[in-house]
Amino acid sequence: MTLAAERVDEVRELVRGATGRLLPRGGGSKPALSAPPHDGVVTVDVSGLRGIVAYDPAELTFTARAGTPIAELDAALAEHGQHLPFDPPLARAGATLGGAVAAATSGPGALRSGGVRDFVIGVRFVDGAGRLVSGGGRVVKNAAGFDLPKLMVGSRGRLGVMVELSLKVFPRPRASATLEIAAADLRAAVGVATTLCAGPWELDALELLPDGRLLARLAGDPEPMEARIARLVPALPDGATARRLPASEADAIWRAAADAAWVPDGMRLLRAACTPAAVVPLWDAVAAAGGDARFGRAGAVAWIAWPAGAALDPLDATLRDLGLAAAALTGPPLPELLGAVRGGAFADRIRGALDPDHRFLD
Amino acid sequence: MAVSAHAPAGSEPILGDLRALGFGERLLTGPAELAVFASDALTAFHQRPLAVVLAETQDEVVATVRACHRRGVPFLARGSGTSLSGGSLPLEGGVLIALNRLNRITRIDPQARLAVVEPGVVNLEVSRAAEPYGLHYAPDPSSQSVCTIGGNVAFNSGGAHCLRHGMTANHVLGMRVVLPDGEVVELGGESLEPVGPDWTGMFCGSEGLFGIALELTVRLVPIPEAVHTALAVYDTLEAAGDAVSRIVASGLLPVALEIMDKLAIEAAEASVKPGYPPGEALLIVELEGGRENVDADAVRLAELLRDSGATHVRTTEDPAERALIWKGRKAAFSAVGWLAPDYVVQDGVVPRTHLGEALAEIERLGAAAGLRVANVFHAGDGNLHPLILFDGREEGALERAEALAGDILRLCIRLGGSITGEHGVGVEKRAHLPEMFGPEDMALMHRLRDAVDPDRLANRGKMLAVGDGWS
Repeated sequence: MTLAAERVDEVRELVRGATGRLLPRGGGSKPALSAPPHDGVVTVDVSGLRGIVAYDPAELTFTARAGTPIAELDAALAEHGQHLPFDPPLARAGATLGGAVAAATSGPGALRSGGVRDFVIGVRFVDGAGRLVSGGGRVVKNAAGFDLPKLMVGSRGRLGVMVELSLKVFPRPRASATLEIAAADLRAAVGVATTLCAGPWELDALELLPDGRLLARLAGDPEPMEARIARLVPALPDGATARRLPASEADAIWRAAADAAWVPDGMRLLRAACTPAAVVPLWDAVAAAGGDARFGRAGAVAWIAWPAGAALDPLDATLRDLGLAAAALTGPPLPELLGAVRGGAFADRIRGALDPDHRFLD
Repeated sequence: MAVSAHAPAGSEPILGDLRALGFGERLLTGPAELAVFASDALTAFHQRPLAVVLAETQDEVVATVRACHRRGVPFLARGSGTSLSGGSLPLEGGVLIALNRLNRITRIDPQARLAVVEPGVVNLEVSRAAEPYGLHYAPDPSSQSVCTIGGNVAFNSGGAHCLRHGMTANHVLGMRVVLPDGEVVELGGESLEPVGPDWTGMFCGSEGLFGIALELTVRLVPIPEAVHTALAVYDTLEAAGDAVSRIVASGLLPVALEIMDKLAIEAAEASVKPGYPPGEALLIVELEGGRENVDADAVRLAELLRDSGATHVRTTEDPAERALIWKGRKAAFSAVGWLAPDYVVQDGVVPRTHLGEALAEIERLGAAAGLRVANVFHAGDGNLHPLILFDGREEGALERAEALAGDILRLCIRLGGSITGEHGVGVEKRAHLPEMFGPEDMALMHRLRDAVDPDRLANRGKMLAVGDGWS
C-alpha cells in the first residue's frame, strides 16, 4: 500500500495512524531502499513534499522540502553559479534531496569537497511518534544540540520521515578537465590514486575502474587549468600514462557515472563503504561473482553491480572481513545492510528514542 | 546549577571502588590536587570534584565508568580543560576522568590518509605525527597546541579554517566509545563514507552526554603546497564585513576569512605583537592549495580587496610571517586580558549576509550596557566571538556582562543563526538552547539523552538543563 503526503501535517497523521511498518519513498530512484520489502509495509510517498523553501545565493545555503528532486535543486543553484559539489547521483532517475540524504549517496565530486554528510546543516523530520522535530539549523557552522542532520545521513527511513533539509553549497567551478589515466592493473591504480591524493593536485574527482584505468577530474578556474594539467601528467608514477579526454567524451563518462549507466542489465547496484586497501579484495569478490564495480572518491566508496540471481553471501562475508558495510540501491528490496554493521547498543538506544513503537523498518 | 553542597551519599563507596582498580597515586582526592581540576577555560564557574582519576589506558576509563555507573555517581572526561563553555566543569560529588595520559597515536595510515588516536592526544600532535607523510589534521581551534582530540570531538570544535575544511565532525570517521553504563561500542570505521545512520556524526558534539570516546579514527589531508595570506585594513568594521560578502559572492573559496576590530587588534599588539597594521578593522584572508590555483586566486583576491575600500593591504607567503599573523589572531582571547581584568566570550553564529547588522547591533547593545566589546570572528561563516570586557571586582559587573552576552545570543537567534558555532553549549548556554529550539526539539534531545544514559551520569549538567521543555 502507498500513501502520499504533500504536507507535513499529512506525514504526521500518516505516522500516527500507521497500522503497518512505514517506509518513506521519494523519487524511487533507489528501489532496493524504497520499495516495500514484505507485505504489511506501507509506503509513505513524500515526492509531493517538494520545493525550495529558502535560497539566498549570497548565503551559500538553501532549505528545501525533502521530496525536492536533485535536478530541480541543481538547476536553481546553477542559475547563481553554485552547486552541490558532492554530485548526488541518479538525479536524472528522479533522485530527491531526502533520498540522497537517507541513502548517503555522494557522487564523484565528494573527493574534493566532502560528501553529503559534510553538507547537511539542518533537518526537520517526523519521528516514530508522529512528532515534528528539528535539529541543526540554517547556518554553516553550528554546534548547538545533538547533530541530528548527520544522524539522518544514511538513515534509510528507519529513524524518521525527513520533511525539510538545509544544506550548504559551494561556488560551481567555471572549468573542468578530465584525464584518463591507465595503470597496469587495479592494484597499480590504487597506488596511483594514493600518490595523486597525497600531492598538490586538488583533484575534483578520482574514480578507479577494475581494469586499472582511473578517471581524474580537475575543476576550478579556467586560467590555471592548463598549467595544472601540464604539471600533473609528468608527476604520475612510472608506468602510468594519461590521456586528456575531449570535453564531449568526458561529459558522457561523468553522465554515465551519475546515472549508474555502466551497471549491466540484470545486475543490481550496491554502495559499499571502502578504503584504498580494500579496493582489490573487494573487487576480487565481485569479479568472482561475475559482477562489475567502480571505485569512487579515490577508493573511499565502491559502487558494485551484482548479478541479480547471485547470492549476496560472498559479498557479505568479504565486507565483514574488511570491516566495511554496504547497502543495495537498485534491484529487489533489500532491507538489511551487508557486512560489518556498527553502532551496537548506541544505535539501538537512539533508534528506540526516535521510534519507540517500531513504526519504521528495523 | 543542580549541585549539592556536599558530597552525596554513596561517594565513599566509589572511592573504595576506584582504589580497588589500582590507580594508586593516579587517584586524586586531596583538596589541593582537586583544585586544579575545578574549572576549565570558563573560569567564572568552578567546582571541586569528589575525585580525579588520571587514566592511562582505555581499559581504565571503561572500568571507571562502570564503577561510577554501579554506584550511580556522575562522571565526566576532561582533556586539557580548554572548554570556553564550561564543558569540562566537574560536578561536586562526581568523578573526573582525566585523559591527558591516554595520548597514544596508535597508527598513521598515509595510504588511507587517516590517523587512529587516543582522546588525550593534543590536536597539534596529530599534525606533527602526520607531517612526515605530507599530511595534517585540518581542524585548528585556537587552542590547538594544548587542546585534545577527545575534547574537540565532544564539542565538535571548529577553528579558523572551518570555512573550507569543516568542523571536527567532518574529520572523524570512526570511534570506540564507552557508553554511560560501561558498554563499549564501535561507531563508523575507516571509510570516508558512512553506510547506515551516521552514528559517528551523532556522537560528535554530544558534549560528553553519550559517553566517552576511547579511540578515534580521524582523516588527514595533504599539507597545502601553497598558502597565501592577506591582511586588509578598513576604516569601519562594516566595510570589512562588506568585503567578506564580496569575497564570498565572487566564487572564491578561501580557507579562512577572519575579522578583528580595533580593540582586538590593540590587545593582540599589546601581547604577542603580530605587527598588524593599525586600523578600525582588520581582515585576514587565507588561500591555500596547489601553486597554480593559489596564484590565480591571489590575483582575484587582490582586485577584490582593492575594490572593497581597504586602506592598506599586505600579503605574505612567508611561513614565519604567516605564523605570526595567526599567533596574534589565535591569542586574541587571552590578549584581551591586557585590556580588562575579566571577559566573557560568546560564540554565536549569524547568517553571513547579516554580519554587518549583527555587528552594529552588538555595538549598540554594548554601549547601552556600558561595557566595552572586542570583536574577533570567523567572518566567512558568520561565527562571532564578541569578547565582553569587565572588571569582576566591580559590583554587578559580571551580571551585566552575562546579561549582554545573553542579549547577543538572542540577537543571533533572531537573525536565524545559532547560539554556538564551535564552543558548544556546556553549562554556559544551557538556558539559551530552548530559545533556539522549540519544545518538541528540546524534548527529543532529552529523550535521546535518557535513552543512552537513563541515570544522566555522563557529564551531567551540560547542554541540557532539567526543566527546559522536559518534564
